[in-house]
Amino acid sequence: MAEHASHDHAHEAHGAHAHHPNYVKIWAILLVLLIISVAGPFLGIQIVTLVTAFGIAIVKAYLVVKNFMHIDVAAKLVTYLILTMLLFMLLFFAGAAPDVMESHGSNWEKPSWIAGTAHPEAPAAGHEESH
Amino acid sequence: MSAAADRPIATGRSATGMPTGRLAVWWIIASEIVIFGGLLGSYVMHRLAHDAFAEQAAHTNTWIGAFNTFVLLTSSLFAVQAHKASDEGDGKKAARLLYYTMAGGVIFLVVKAFEWTTEIQAGYTIASNTFWSFYYTAAGIHAAHVIAGVIIMGIVAQTAKKNLELQRVELIGLYWHFVDVVWIFLFPLLYIAK
Repeated sequence: MAEHASHDHAHEAHGAHAHHPNYVKIWAILLVLLIISVAGPFLGIQIVTLVTAFGIAIVKAYLVVKNFMHIDVAAKLVTYLILTMLLFMLLFFAGAAPDVMESHGSNWEKPSWIAGTAHPEAPAAGHEESH
Repeated sequence: MSAAADRPIATGRSATGMPTGRLAVWWIIASEIVIFGGLLGSYVMHRLAHDAFAEQAAHTNTWIGAFNTFVLLTSSLFAVQAHKASDEGDGKKAARLLYYTMAGGVIFLVVKAFEWTTEIQAGYTIASNTFWSFYYTAAGIHAAHVIAGVIIMGIVAQTAKKNLELQRVELIGLYWHFVDVVWIFLFPLLYIAK
């Protein structure tokens, strides 16, 4: 059976992936973006930190997905599949975030014992766990 | 038997416009998006609602996180170059590049082990508070994926160096790049947003 999976067949199966860009160049761009994202917080400006951290993370992820995972040459089905999953993420966030982020709403109030668990505490002195 | 029927399903069938093996990996990635997306989404909710998260995040080591990002990005470069080599029918080169990728995964895990040891010794455990629970859970699940990727890559490299099953090189590469993408988002969340 092994001969059936020889590189000739692999080639045939890989037909849709003929184009290989300059990967080293893309890697170099990713490293520059990494350096910017680390340097951003040193300016001490919150908006700059947010943009350099999360804005650049989105750009880096895009570069990897497009150039390393070749999603742009994969079947449309793949793009729809991934977008659907991202939509599910947004739905989850929209549904759960108000409950997590708000202490009360129109007809409800979060019990204090639940609100309490959402507040991290520093480790106790002597390196013991806080609870 | 026809040539098409001779072929393994994972490499030959293409009713969806792509080999079934590649489609299967994309399905896995889609399911992983929901797993990591739920986790990271929950983290973001708590981070936005509670400033105390930023105080706790101040104790993570940005330089270690940045170094591990560099390691994973570089390992992804090796993985995609292995894919290119397999497309060119050069199984030996593909296997060698997969070994480099595995080395990146191992370095990542060793650094992570050192980092966790330091943090646990300093008193920051998974039970310390909500931030550290998220930190160890997210980074731990990610590390489990790195371990799985390294093991599978070793199996793929073994056959690739004999010029067999070369289509698998692309498939494990897809998975590895996804693990890299997850870390690209974990890094700013856990190490930069302080």
